[in-house]
Amino acid sequence: MIPANFDYLRVDSVEGALEALQEHGDEAKLIAGGHSLLPLMKFRLSAPAYLVDINRLDDLKYVREENGSLVIGALTRHSDIEANSLVKENAGLLASATHHVGDPQVRHRGTIGGAIAHGDPASDIPSALLALNATVVVTGPEGTRDIPIDDFFVGFLETDLKDDEMLTQIKVPSVPDAKWSFQKFNRRAQDWAIVGASVLVNNGQSGVSLVNMHSTPFRATAVEEAIASGANAKEASEQAAIGTEPTSDINASVEYRKHLARVLVKRGLEEAGL
Amino acid sequence: MEVTLNINGVEQSHDVEPRTLLVQFIRESAGLTGTNIGCDTSSCGACTVHLNGESIKSCTVLAAQVDGMEVTTIEGLAQSDGTLHPMQQAFHECHALQCGYCTPGMVMACVSLVEENQTLTEDEVREGLEGNLCRCTGYHNIVKAVLEVSEA
Repeated sequence: MIPANFDYLRVDSVEGALEALQEHGDEAKLIAGGHSLLPLMKFRLSAPAYLVDINRLDDLKYVREENGSLVIGALTRHSDIEANSLVKENAGLLASATHHVGDPQVRHRGTIGGAIAHGDPASDIPSALLALNATVVVTGPEGTRDIPIDDFFVGFLETDLKDDEMLTQIKVPSVPDAKWSFQKFNRRAQDWAIVGASVLVNNGQSGVSLVNMHSTPFRATAVEEAIASGANAKEASEQAAIGTEPTSDINASVEYRKHLARVLVKRGLEEAGL
Repeated sequence: MEVTLNINGVEQSHDVEPRTLLVQFIRESAGLTGTNIGCDTSSCGACTVHLNGESIKSCTVLAAQVDGMEVTTIEGLAQSDGTLHPMQQAFHECHALQCGYCTPGMVMACVSLVEENQTLTEDEVREGLEGNLCRCTGYHNIVKAVLEVSEA
């Protein structure tokens, strides 16, 4: 399968990328690893007139510690994040969720920024970032702005990113003492999650989120509230499907997905020591 | 547009459309048909090659994206005198192929896996090959071959 034709523009700086976006508006798409965008283009579900290649922006490939947070460049590849010792020590949940993405070949190409900007509710990484209370940094013509991860996902494959903005960095609070668990249920090793769950427990605070249970990556607020009022793992996990609107497909019905959400959240909470 | 790649140590340039996939460039422009197209949706791993030494799926990368980089395909593994790469030799000795369609991609994925971790357990091999499907279900001997190389 071959994508529809497009004009290819390679840029070597954030400024260059922003200029291309300003010039071509919603006819242009940024391409990083391309492991979400290219499959859509091959199926002709997406046909941008201009493809702006940002793969050579080496300045956006890094993991650093700054003021009690990990800061991660948007072009950092999954394989570099899952193996990074700073990530493993300070945000183990993110390392684990990243390891569950696709397969080694996919993780050699896919980037954290691309996975988030795509806004797919079935993606593993947004769920870990919700549980970790991450912040998304985007850069546009007027400078940069910080978006709390809870405000970033606004609809199915829709984010708060404007046509002339690009995602440049992710900030993740360091939680070296947190207990966490990433749960993913699928039928074949490399598949997307039928349902997944991220659980993080730190100093009595919890972060719980779900994969593929809603039109957006979903924070399980009812579970978090139950834990805050003293519920145990079993009691809290019974709240896991509240507020979700999962779809029914070849892999699972709505009811089965809700059942899986409760089971996976219970397993996750138990693994996180609750 | 002109795309230049170093494939198996040989630099070559071809004039291709921007939408040309890396696997098309390898098979049709460079004429190296050892790399197979299976699912064409980055699931099966038949099109696995190395990009700057790391395994990738060449059906989901544009040739334009990797302009100027180094690609190794299955044809580039053996030495010029025909001596097989240790992974190819292990596949031969362990009878790690049946119909052979997945084999080029499987071998390339296995070489990359062992390069990243020389002390693989059987579980790690099975998990590390999650991106390569063998329609003959001949996984058992493939895992044996990888373990033989990683223990060598």
